[in-house]
Amino acid sequence: MYRIAKENLNQLYAKINETMGLFIPVKRAGEVNYAVWGEGKEVSLETLKTVKSPKNMFFPQTENMMKFKTDGKNIEVIDVREQWDERRPFVMFGVKACDYKAIEVLDKVFLGDPVDSYYKMRREATTIVTLACSRPEESCFCGVFGIDATAPQGDVTTWLDAEYLYWQANTEKGEALTEKVQDLLEAGGETEVEAQQTATKTVMEKLPFANLDLSKFKPENLNELFDSKEWESMSEACLGCGTCTFVCPTCQCFDIRDFKTNEGVIRYRCWDSCMYSDFTLMAHGNSRTTQMQRFRQRFMHKLVYYPSQYDGTYSCVGCGRCVNKCPQNLNIVKVIKTLGGKDND
Amino acid sequence: MQDVTTEKKEFTPNIVAFCCNWCSYAGADLAGSSRLTYPANVKIIRVPCSCRVNPMFVLKAFQRGADGVILCGCHPGDCHYVTGNYYTRRRMALLYSFLNYMGIEKERTRVEWVSAAEGARFASVMNDFVKTVTELGENKRLTDLRVKEGE
Amino acid sequence: MKEVELKMLDRAKALLESGEVARVVGWKKGDFCFDPAPAVFETVEELDGFVYDWFCGANLSKYLIQIAKKEGKTAVFLKPCDTYSFNQLVKEHRIDREKVYVIAVECLAKLDVEKMKAKGVSMIESVEVVDKEVRVKTAYGEETLSKPEVILTKCETCQKTHQAKDEEIIVHERPERDVNRFAEVEKLEAMTEDERFAFWRNELSKCIRCNACRNVCPACSCVKCVFDNPASGIAAKANDDKFEEQLFHIIRAFHVAGRCTDCGECSRVCPQNIPLHLLNRKFIKDIDGLYGEFQAGETTEGKTPLTSFTEGDVEPKDVFQGEAK
Repeated sequence: MYRIAKENLNQLYAKINETMGLFIPVKRAGEVNYAVWGEGKEVSLETLKTVKSPKNMFFPQTENMMKFKTDGKNIEVIDVREQWDERRPFVMFGVKACDYKAIEVLDKVFLGDPVDSYYKMRREATTIVTLACSRPEESCFCGVFGIDATAPQGDVTTWLDAEYLYWQANTEKGEALTEKVQDLLEAGGETEVEAQQTATKTVMEKLPFANLDLSKFKPENLNELFDSKEWESMSEACLGCGTCTFVCPTCQCFDIRDFKTNEGVIRYRCWDSCMYSDFTLMAHGNSRTTQMQRFRQRFMHKLVYYPSQYDGTYSCVGCGRCVNKCPQNLNIVKVIKTLGGKDND
Repeated sequence: MQDVTTEKKEFTPNIVAFCCNWCSYAGADLAGSSRLTYPANVKIIRVPCSCRVNPMFVLKAFQRGADGVILCGCHPGDCHYVTGNYYTRRRMALLYSFLNYMGIEKERTRVEWVSAAEGARFASVMNDFVKTVTELGENKRLTDLRVKEGE
Repeated sequence: MKEVELKMLDRAKALLESGEVARVVGWKKGDFCFDPAPAVFETVEELDGFVYDWFCGANLSKYLIQIAKKEGKTAVFLKPCDTYSFNQLVKEHRIDREKVYVIAVECLAKLDVEKMKAKGVSMIESVEVVDKEVRVKTAYGEETLSKPEVILTKCETCQKTHQAKDEEIIVHERPERDVNRFAEVEKLEAMTEDERFAFWRNELSKCIRCNACRNVCPACSCVKCVFDNPASGIAAKANDDKFEEQLFHIIRAFHVAGRCTDCGECSRVCPQNIPLHLLNRKFIKDIDGLYGEFQAGETTEGKTPLTSFTEGDVEPKDVFQGEAK
């Protein structure tokens, strides 16, 4: 294990940035979101939850897929992947345990058959440096999904305390990155990290959502859950905005649209939200016509459909962003408490 | 020594002019038939009444590369539909003030009243507006960069 | 606030029991002390979860568009600011006034838990408000915050009073105060164009197009929004270019101009904390200055500034020269 003094972190960022891109939580107009690092940007590793999750590194909110250039009757198709400079290696820095787990959830979707080459290209070029949590808050419930917030995985794991950032490489990619910044690191830190982990774990146990019961969310209960009468009252106050889906680290739905330029057409994809009335709109209309149905879709997907497709893995990681950000305070915890199982009372 | 010529492309702004069918469009017609000149980069869009112009039209014009947008209608009191341009006046006063609040140069937007008999006024209004926008330069703040891709 | 809540609960029970109303719209307890959610109560038993506390900031009036269409009468609790939105919706024939029983309730400003958390308070267990102090018990200890610093932005400049009521529940008198709600707008107006552009670019670049501001807005009551309509040519689900954010926010602000009651819900719900109310307030300020003072939602009748005119209205070009006056 290595460590680096906090005041030298900027040197570390600069060093990484010499050869690789750096994607890190940055404060802008008062809010912290992941962004590409640059000299003078205000990095905020201490922020427990960025507003948006880091998923937009691999799966940007909008990305061009291809372009069509029209010239008379000729249409030239341009593959934008050939022009990418994002192919250069990137480091994603400061990823929390829940967000890291979320990337695994996305991997199953985008790297499974059929492979999403846009996602894959970025994913493979990225080294992920995770950061352990030391001050979880009331909306956190990653433990419910078996995530250890004090020991996240990733290519490199780091821990932060008042003075140092502690550094441990886990994979080959991680070792390679460690080698690059070796000059800035010094050995040590095992005892401090262990002490921090123990302290954090005591807090984690006391979190109000630490013992949510998910036992009811099983594929065999699909119909029963789907037909539950509770959906109506649970979704009553839902505004149908996309906040929960856009701050969610595992939401993966997108729409593909065309934009007409002066010279042709750009075909792009952008995040879509199952909360929107025009989600999966088809020629015949929409398959889900009420907000209750849309609301149900979102939570059934997280807790039932996804697990039945991917060996029981839930596609919620307990980051608690939706708990904090829902304008009307509806969220997945309330759904789990209502439908999850009898231990929730 | 080799002669270096810096090739500077002169900026000609794209101007969109919304003209009401009854007054300003006829005014433009009169300007033409009177052989008065105004710049060719003024693209006229005929609307039934200045009141037909939705704020979205103005923004769309900017999005797709307009450098200036001018709205012309009958003089207040002379509207073919009696009161249409009175609403236009309030709407555009608020919209243009708002755009300026968001940091869009106020010179890029304008409302002028031009009657069917004012061919000369039409030409001079357009000449003046084109001059103003040319001096201001390209619209960079309210344009969609994707539109100009590949140019 | 507890005595207010009890009175409200009594009334809700009585109304439901007597059958005078078929349902009551209010707030129900959340998982914490700071996350009540809007809810509809149809039976006395359901009222167990009823709550009215310092975090009931949500404006319930927009829900009535749907709920009041149901059979029977609906009772609703409205704070002063909510009654303006309610009136505006009645004026626009979105709510049938006859089908709603309005219980106007007191509000001494609501708290913003995000602002409290930003002050370093986390793991909140309970909150007590005593005059201008907010006493917070957390798992890490007790802390006292200054109330004016942690109230919702929309409450900071609120001077609203109940404009619609069938009955009123008021226990505490609200202290008079003198605030200028346009102070922030004036600050922006005093900047140069470049500075203003930079300010809005910086703020709007955070927008994730979640549409929360639109969906919560009581003035945004269109059945089908132009931004959701694939045939409109401007439907977009995400930001493809910085223009998209501007287009969305400019058009949205314009669509509600003259109808926006300044309830401030847009800023409350924004996940990125963009000061969206400053867009609407510019329109309000301009309208006040150019066409005479106007407060949307004060009445359920009459024309709005953008659906009326006078022959002597100011010319758009003069608005520029006089910077909106």
